[in-house]
Amino acid sequence: MARIEIKQSLCKGCALCTTLCPEGLIEIGKRLNESGYFFAVFREEGTCKGCALCAKICPDVAIEVWK
Amino acid sequence: MQAAEKKVFERPRTLKEVPFHFCPGCHHGIAHRMVAEAIDKFQLRERTIGVASVGCSVFLYDYFDVDVIEAPHGRAAAVATGVKRARNDRIVFSYQGDGDLASIGIAETIHTANRGENITIIFINNTVYGMTGGQLAPTTLLGQKTSTSPYGRDFMQDGYPIRMTEILATLEGTAFAARVAFTTPKNINMAKKAIEKAFQFQKEELGFTFVEVLSACPTNWGLSPVDSMKRVENEMIPYFPLGIFKERKAADVL
Repeated sequence: MARIEIKQSLCKGCALCTTLCPEGLIEIGKRLNESGYFFAVFREEGTCKGCALCAKICPDVAIEVWK
Repeated sequence: MQAAEKKVFERPRTLKEVPFHFCPGCHHGIAHRMVAEAIDKFQLRERTIGVASVGCSVFLYDYFDVDVIEAPHGRAAAVATGVKRARNDRIVFSYQGDGDLASIGIAETIHTANRGENITIIFINNTVYGMTGGQLAPTTLLGQKTSTSPYGRDFMQDGYPIRMTEILATLEGTAFAARVAFTTPKNINMAKKAIEKAFQFQKEELGFTFVEVLSACPTNWGLSPVDSMKRVENEMIPYFPLGIFKERKAADVL
């Protein structure tokens, strides 16, 4: 199964990835990173297909995709 | 046993592992990544020279693992011409915003294209001056409120938004002119292909290549990143249509 890795320190919480994930597996979390942004978190329990749309739209190149 | 996991998407090697200074949701980061991926794809890193302009794109040298020269405001195309003529074995690209390229630098840009200089220009069009505080740019849409057009852009006073890609596509020296956006997965793929093609054309010495990227500026538009993306889709694309406006064939050059 595929999975993604979001680098917390790079994420600025713009939420563009959450709009594009076809499975709705990404959401903006409730914790802050060191820059003061609510960073995006990946819900591990879902079925990620590894389409990498989230990574392609991430303006901060904070997402890596494994398949 | 499960097969070993494979990394299918990672940060391109040409893009340094440092956080961008851009605001949340700014499309500069996506454009940076695509340029870096194009450089990686054709293995041009060791012979690429970037030209940074004035604007939010000014810190190009902090993010790209290539040599970068800083140009005076608007003059990136002229500087790139000089770099290319001095070192014509190098791949030269400039990365400019709309306040830089379409306003103060429009003469340099048009003449560079007209001379058919073998360089690539990546043009970020977000309809405002980003770094200086959201003033009216030549590409600002009619009715759009900016800090210097608080009642909205009025064509009687400020004229109409400039469509740079169409202007440059009419010139004989231009080999490739395209306009792209990042609003949908389809558009993202199209953008990646266009930027790659621009670098490929330069590598094959076909002439001047130009890619306009419709970008969001959530901070100066006063919108959230997600709403900014919708604005690009609903307001910018109808005025600035996407597509390839000129593509020269290798046979045309011979």
